[in-house]
Amino acid sequence: MRNQYICLALLLCAIQSACGLYFHISETERKCFIEEVPDETTVIVNYKVELYDPRSNGFMPSSPGIGMHVEVRDSDDKVILSRVYSSQGRISFTSHTPGEHVICMYSNSTAWFNGAQLRVHLDIQVGEHAIDYANVAQKEKLTELQLRIRQLLDQVEQITKEQNYQRYREERFRHTSESTNSRVLWWSLAQTIVLVCMGFWQMRHLKSFFEAKKLV
Amino acid sequence: MRDEQLINQSSNKNNTSTTRIPTATTNNYNKMTSSKLLIGLLVTTVLMKCAAAVEFTFDLADNAEDCFHEEIKRNTSAYFEFQVSAGGQLDVDVVLKNPEGQVIYSLERATFDSHQFTAETTGVYTACFSNKFSAFSHKIVYVDFQVGEEAALPGVDEHATVLTQMETSSQAIHKALNDILDSQTHHRLREAQGRKRAEDLNQRVMIWSSLETGAIVFIGVLQILILRNFFTDRKPSQTHYGRL
Repeated sequence: MRNQYICLALLLCAIQSACGLYFHISETERKCFIEEVPDETTVIVNYKVELYDPRSNGFMPSSPGIGMHVEVRDSDDKVILSRVYSSQGRISFTSHTPGEHVICMYSNSTAWFNGAQLRVHLDIQVGEHAIDYANVAQKEKLTELQLRIRQLLDQVEQITKEQNYQRYREERFRHTSESTNSRVLWWSLAQTIVLVCMGFWQMRHLKSFFEAKKLV
Repeated sequence: MRDEQLINQSSNKNNTSTTRIPTATTNNYNKMTSSKLLIGLLVTTVLMKCAAAVEFTFDLADNAEDCFHEEIKRNTSAYFEFQVSAGGQLDVDVVLKNPEGQVIYSLERATFDSHQFTAETTGVYTACFSNKFSAFSHKIVYVDFQVGEEAALPGVDEHATVLTQMETSSQAIHKALNDILDSQTHHRLREAQGRKRAEDLNQRVMIWSSLETGAIVFIGVLQILILRNFFTDRKPSQTHYGRL
């Protein structure tokens, strides 16, 4: 019975990641996704890679040789995760700074397979979507209603985070606008001064030049 | 109150006819053979996990076309939304194709839109974003692709008992919060559009002003040099300028 359970669990995993959105990339290609998230938010990425099989004109369901290099950069362009995973994986990270997180994926293949196509199944879940409530219910022995309330709490928390992030972004936006405003002001002043100085210097220089040449 | 509960009960029964399969499989666990169990679980997992939504933002390179595929079961409703948040004129060509390759939805040079459709056949639906018309500006595109209904909470909705008022209202709150999250996403994207433009403007003002200052100084010096040249270069024929 236990073996069956393991089998089922494996199957479940396989189905779970095989379902959903997919796209094609060539083996040497790099694909990046951007997730704009508030701070302290969990992002879960599920993916599965299938290699194109020219013999059957389809995609091999499992391609053990293929690995995926996953790189996650935060808004300051700092690498927070960079690892090589197998053809199927689940990456989760928590943001520490709010902003755009870039998730890049590329296969570890060399020229050996060059040109072959890869099919990548991808599923990205952010914030409270990333929480597995079946697991939570089991672990904390919650009733249905408790579980629902738990979900509501998580959602509200996510909304609060998002609003804080919104305020942070609004502040940044305002700073940018104010900076543009002051730059325009100061540069126009500076330019006027530069123009006047330039004209003054030109006149003086020409005058002294003409005097030296005895033209005036 | 009583009527309301009855209605709730009946609607609940209708809604949960598919999702109640997991309880059935677990209850009859011992009676079933392992293969039956496997199939049962396979069906339930497909039912539960395919009803997923995926949201992401990607960078569409210049002159490129990116396609995303999703398998959708027959009679499943799907919701497709996109928004260009940065790059060029904020436009992109969008095409949605059904499994036969027929175009079911297309837009040219659009900034944002959404489309709701119901799958007529089971198969792979393809959404393509094309930037072929743009030679040098890459676009940042946000995509939200929701297929089917949101997966039910485990335990919730699986029972046939009457929903209490507490449960109904908690469900209503859940829906409302989902709407809030969606509209927040929308606003965030709009704000991102504005902010990127403002940052761009800031940069441009900076570069343009420095260039202009450089140009003024350069032209000023050049004028002097040219003028000096007029008077110094032709020394032997300086007599010509005597009349000046």
